[in-house]
Amino acid sequence: MPIYIDADKCVGCKLCLSACPYGAIDMVEGKAVFNDNCTQCGACISSCKFGAIIAEITRKENVDTSQYKGVWVLAETHDGRLADVTLELVSEGRKLADELGVELAMVLAGWQVEPLAQIAAHYGADKVYLVEHETLEHYRTDPFTSVIAALINQYKPEIVLIGATVMGRDLASRIAARIGAGLTADCTGLAIDPETRLLMQTRPAFGGNVMATIVCRHARPQMATVRPRVMKKAEPDLSRTAEIIRSHVDLKEQAIAAKILEIIREEGRDELDVQEAEIIVSGGRGLRKAENFALIRELAEVLGAAVGASRATVDAGWIPAYHQVGQTGKTVQPKLYIACGISGAVQHLAGMGSSDCIVAINNDPDAPIFGVAHYGIVGDLFEVVPALTKALKKELGLE
Amino acid sequence: MNIIVSIKQVPDTTEVRIDPVTNTLVREGVPSIINPFDENAIECGLQLVEKHGGKVTVITMGPPQAQQALKDALAMGADEAILVSDRAFAGSDTLATSYTLAQTIKKLGEYDLIICGKQAFDGDTAQVGPGLAEHLGIPQVTYAIDIEVEGKKARVKRLLSDRFEVVETRLPCLITVVKQMNEPRHASLKNVMKARKKEIPTWTAADIEADESRCGLNGSPTNVVKVFAPQRHTQGERLEGDVNDVVERLVKILREKQVV
Ligand SMILES: Cc1cc2nc3c(=O)[nH]c(=O)nc-3n(C[C@H](O)[C@H](O)[C@H](O)COP(=O)(O)OP(=O)(O)OC[C@H]3O[C@@H](n4cnc5c(N)ncnc54)[C@H](O)[C@@H]3O)c2cc1C
Ligand SMILES: Nc1ncnc2c1ncn2[C@@H]1O[C@H](COP(=O)(O)O)[C@@H](O)[C@H]1O
Repeated sequence: MPIYIDADKCVGCKLCLSACPYGAIDMVEGKAVFNDNCTQCGACISSCKFGAIIAEITRKENVDTSQYKGVWVLAETHDGRLADVTLELVSEGRKLADELGVELAMVLAGWQVEPLAQIAAHYGADKVYLVEHETLEHYRTDPFTSVIAALINQYKPEIVLIGATVMGRDLASRIAARIGAGLTADCTGLAIDPETRLLMQTRPAFGGNVMATIVCRHARPQMATVRPRVMKKAEPDLSRTAEIIRSHVDLKEQAIAAKILEIIREEGRDELDVQEAEIIVSGGRGLRKAENFALIRELAEVLGAAVGASRATVDAGWIPAYHQVGQTGKTVQPKLYIACGISGAVQHLAGMGSSDCIVAINNDPDAPIFGVAHYGIVGDLFEVVPALTKALKKELGLE
Repeated sequence: MNIIVSIKQVPDTTEVRIDPVTNTLVREGVPSIINPFDENAIECGLQLVEKHGGKVTVITMGPPQAQQALKDALAMGADEAILVSDRAFAGSDTLATSYTLAQTIKKLGEYDLIICGKQAFDGDTAQVGPGLAEHLGIPQVTYAIDIEVEGKKARVKRLLSDRFEVVETRLPCLITVVKQMNEPRHASLKNVMKARKKEIPTWTAADIEADESRCGLNGSPTNVVKVFAPQRHTQGERLEGDVNDVVERLVKILREKQVV
């Protein structure tokens, strides 16, 4: 993506100077010009009020794909830890890199995150590109996009993976648009085509009714967001180490459009999140009223599981929306999903249909949930659920 | 305030199926609707205009029949609608779509806020909003559940997976909204009548001065190579009999399979 400054439009206002993280713009005879520090990260484009900074997307046929090598994973961190999805992707990225015979690198941008770099090595990373700056302490679109777009332009990886999380989706699409890359959302399967070396990206569409395989033939890198909990984490090898490549950036707080004013954790939000849980126990309208979610919570507690819910129960106000699983709720793929009193409408199935093991408890033998359940119990949940809780307590020695 | 809402017409997903013989999408006879999250986007725009004055313009890129989605948006109370439609746009992926929408918005002129849905029901990508913001060079705030505008600034509450985040950003900016933000209104009789009379201009690639190499299939780096029906496992097992027996058996199976 070549970027240039239209000297006729430049009024010499210097706004772009403070937007540039690399000190790559000089004033020459009253006009802005790029110097050798420019990494083409694009951070300056939006700072110009006069449309004088112009980015030209390279025509896809003109991209020299042979220049692009290596597999990258963009790290997501939470409260000083690497997100599980990042480790899943490093593990998966290792396999892809081995198949291609190339290196695997993780990009770690943040503040005081260096201790996390070697963890990526344990899961298979050869290299870690590390960018530390105070303005990167919390994820924000602007600075993360410029920093990572610059690294991609400089080192030219052929594949870039990131979790299909709130952050991953926000960031990946902004980067892809900036560098003119192809991006496939929410993948559940990745493979290398041995003949073409292309990344085959498989993902659900139409609420899970359809699967599609997508490739990106010309543009580079091939970018994908990948659904959490789909790829398997490798056994960490604590003896492995990665080479750390540090980039220095000079980001300026005042040039960043968004300020985070407040982070609010809702009451009860310290509960296990459905997207992070290995086991989910979900309740539907069959519970009849809010108080009966207690049955679900008791079973969940025994299993160390998260509590899920159908939209009908959320709409009825029985449980907060962040528990909702489904097309308008969260997409989950736990090891075990226990659906209690949930009919199994397509919109609900869209969110949980690919769970490894599904157990359904419903008193209607024709409920569609039985169509996806591995184990179905036709019965009254008010009898079955407490009995199951009791039996599990006994089995797990929790009595 | 000058607000632009970008909406998409999508097939009602509950009815989309794969033809098992040809392995292609069966879309015939499937009703089309406004993408549900985009109804929240329209509602958000209407409420802001009720509070601060101004107007709501809805735009969509799609085939001629996407006009119906715009009519429905006008019937909800939007002021203007524009259909962006051209054969050159066929086969657009999210990059080409966001480029095309950006060109459309540039032609529309000054604006304060662009609102998109969180994601579209057919593709579920959530990529067009941020892509559009990038092409326009404006800040984006995704997953908004609340927005307050004051002067040239917006304060937006975002719904993250385990928390809320409140951010302040300058206008113009682009937000994408989640369904929990509001309850979209129904069309009023008055607005339905108005919508019926309202003319909806169609803009072509030439009208928005689009570079055709960046539109449609040409401008789309990604290609779908295969669509297929998801693999559903073979018929599951039914556990029947006395409750205590059934539960014992289930616990045994789950233990054996090491899921608990
Ligand atoms: C645009 C759109 C988006 C949507 N998004 C979502 C979404 O994200 N997530 C979602 O879940 N839904 C979603 N829905 C709603 C979905 O269509 C269903 O309405 C909803 O999932 C039904 O919830 P339910 O199964 O709890 O209720 P119901 O369909 O009422 O099912 C209750 C079930 O409980 C059983 N039951 C009753 N009593 C007992 C008992 N004593 N013991 C055992 N079983 C019992 C009944 O047989 C029945 O099968 C969406 C709908 C639309 C239109
Ligand atoms: N063809 C289109 N025309 C107008 N807006 C669109 C179009 N496609 C997507 N959008 C907007 O972008 C959002 C996200 O769509 P997607 O990235 O496809 O999931 C939608 O909710 C719409 O607001």
